[in-house]
Amino acid sequence: MIKSIKTWILVGFASLLLVACGQGGGGAGSKKSKTLENTKKAGFVKCGVSQGLPGFSNADASGNWTGIDVDVCRAVAAAVLGDADKVKYTPLSAKERFTALTSGEIDVLARNTTWTLSRDADIGLTFVGVNFYDGQGFMVRKNSGINSVNDFKNGISACTNTGTTTELNMRDFFNSKNISYEPIAFEKADEVVQAYDAGRCDTYTTDKSGLAAQRTKLSAPDDHKVLPETISKEPLGPVVRQGDSVWEDIVRWSLNTMIEAEEYGVNSSNASSLKESDNPAIKRLVGAEGELGAAFGLDNEWSLRIIEQVGNYGESYKKHIADTNILPNRGPNELWTKGGILYVPPAR
Amino acid sequence: MNFKNFKFDLSNKNKDLIPQVLTVLLLVLVVIYFTINAQNNMGNRGISFGFGFLSQESSFDITFSLIDYDGSHSYAKAFLVGLLNTILVSSIGIFFATILGVTVGIGRLSQNYLVAKAAEWYVEIFRNIPLILQIFFWYFAALRALPLPVDSINFYDISFLNVKGWYVPKFIWTNFSVFFYSIILAIISIIFFYKYAKKQRDEYGKQLPTFYISLGIIIGLPLLTFLIGGVSLSFQIPELEQLSTTVYVYKGGVSIIPELISLALALSMYTATFIAENVRAGILGVSKGQKEAAASIGLTKGQILKLVVMPQALRIIIPPTTNQYLNLTKNSSLAAAIAYPDIVLVFAGTALMQTGRAIEIISITMLTYLSLSLSISVFMNWYNKKIAIKEK
Repeated sequence: MIKSIKTWILVGFASLLLVACGQGGGGAGSKKSKTLENTKKAGFVKCGVSQGLPGFSNADASGNWTGIDVDVCRAVAAAVLGDADKVKYTPLSAKERFTALTSGEIDVLARNTTWTLSRDADIGLTFVGVNFYDGQGFMVRKNSGINSVNDFKNGISACTNTGTTTELNMRDFFNSKNISYEPIAFEKADEVVQAYDAGRCDTYTTDKSGLAAQRTKLSAPDDHKVLPETISKEPLGPVVRQGDSVWEDIVRWSLNTMIEAEEYGVNSSNASSLKESDNPAIKRLVGAEGELGAAFGLDNEWSLRIIEQVGNYGESYKKHIADTNILPNRGPNELWTKGGILYVPPAR
Repeated sequence: MNFKNFKFDLSNKNKDLIPQVLTVLLLVLVVIYFTINAQNNMGNRGISFGFGFLSQESSFDITFSLIDYDGSHSYAKAFLVGLLNTILVSSIGIFFATILGVTVGIGRLSQNYLVAKAAEWYVEIFRNIPLILQIFFWYFAALRALPLPVDSINFYDISFLNVKGWYVPKFIWTNFSVFFYSIILAIISIIFFYKYAKKQRDEYGKQLPTFYISLGIIIGLPLLTFLIGGVSLSFQIPELEQLSTTVYVYKGGVSIIPELISLALALSMYTATFIAENVRAGILGVSKGQKEAAASIGLTKGQILKLVVMPQALRIIIPPTTNQYLNLTKNSSLAAAIAYPDIVLVFAGTALMQTGRAIEIISITMLTYLSLSLSISVFMNWYNKKIAIKEK
């Protein structure tokens, strides 16, 4: 009898637990931003980054993350929490990234992610902008005699990363040229580099910025070159979960602020002195005019903090991509006023 | 109403039954709760659920496929390619792991000091290094050690080994189906012949040379099809072709990719150590008296091993070895690390990324591994029952 009473108590407890669990669970979509509240409560921004791509998101020996993708996370932290360093970075593989975001493990994904229709529309994600215009290219050995994609012939083997748009572009490209090829797709970039270095494949294909960055990891970087052709459009940008439009706006306008600051010549060193500027656009950027932050529940100095603590887009690009010799030439990633295609809606 | 007759029946039967029913009920509730919760959360985040994507065009290519496939086929076909590749590498792995494991296991019991020690060292080294490291070791060691296609290792001008793979001649058959059916016919006749031979032995005590006769059938019958069945076979030998100044590739033959070779090698080397220990345990588990009794009735050493020790040892060896076969099959999912296109890389990797349907794809993949493992289990349990002691 005692035994059966014990069993009853156990069953009772279990059902209680179950009911308690049932009370929790999802329920997004309210007017207030749940993500913003949770972020303020936690005291840090949960940001997903790559597992190591120089220039975009890369950790140094002491675990400090740097790169232009990292700067997006830092900008959000500066805007929301007042301190750009209050970011918790989660390194993610290409395969893991979207699940990590939709499941709530991270709140911002800044991981050189290509904006495509199916990703934007089908799997519960929202792309908030573009922080790097890239395109897919090919790297080959200098002595191979291949000087253009037109020199590829039937039977060429190409190494790449799995779980990226690269695999699809590669197929589209080779099919359009009517070339049969051997695709070898690895899960992690480091293995692609090693396999290409060992001669397993004749060419290594991924985004051109990625090629430039990975080339530095080869045993003899100078023996390799990137072919001039670009075979795809790869607009890379930060991503948030669908359903929290306030949070979406915060991330979007954190990025836009960095780009607009460059356009108006506002940078980390002159930002606070420009409060007295005559240009109302600049005054709005540094929080001396208007009430722009109120729209998403932030104070009026949010954009000033981004510029002061992280810098404008130009500073970020110079520091992480140009000065590290990954892509010294800004190409399409130049402001629209200087011949590039960086153009953001006005902050007003 | 007579309350005296009413008794809440707490007989032993009910006491046992109620907690069991409640446990099942609870389990069902938990499953329902998780399903509803997942549905709600997916709904809130705008993620749709469904298996319709399986018939969509996959639009990615796969290096190595046993069936006809390219990116214009469906995701379902890509799944099949991955599944077949998983089965292929697992079968190769199980085959070599068994041979190597049995050899090493018997070797550990050898009277020869050198053989016994070598087997012991092999087991201790390979079972104590994580498998993923062994896979990387074999893959990158092989890639670094092998020459470029232009200086391939040449086997008698018909087969070539280089960093891009092992190129072997392609078989070109005419009337292959005749040849194939002749093999099936040969196998069926051998089964009947064995039954006949057993009857002869049991009833008349006649020993037929079963091994040589069945060898004759399995070789002779297919050979006959070449002479009278119109079957013929020719070989297409791989040839080196220059694509550009320094880029060469072999074309025409069959290429066994280095990813498959190193994965199969790593899986069988690793699993063989565990099988070797099972074999050693099995042989040691047969009591010494059995061998002495067998020797005393005049059986030779070979006969003792084959007729007395092994049948008893197998009963000890089979169940834990089944576990190792299952482990090997599941471990083959590490293939993704070295670009071998197994089900995890192709389906739970690329296909998952392209479609974003994590729940559907991971469920399908888990169910697939479950069915694979269960089929191996069912087969091994059948075999185990077959060799178990049949008490009369």
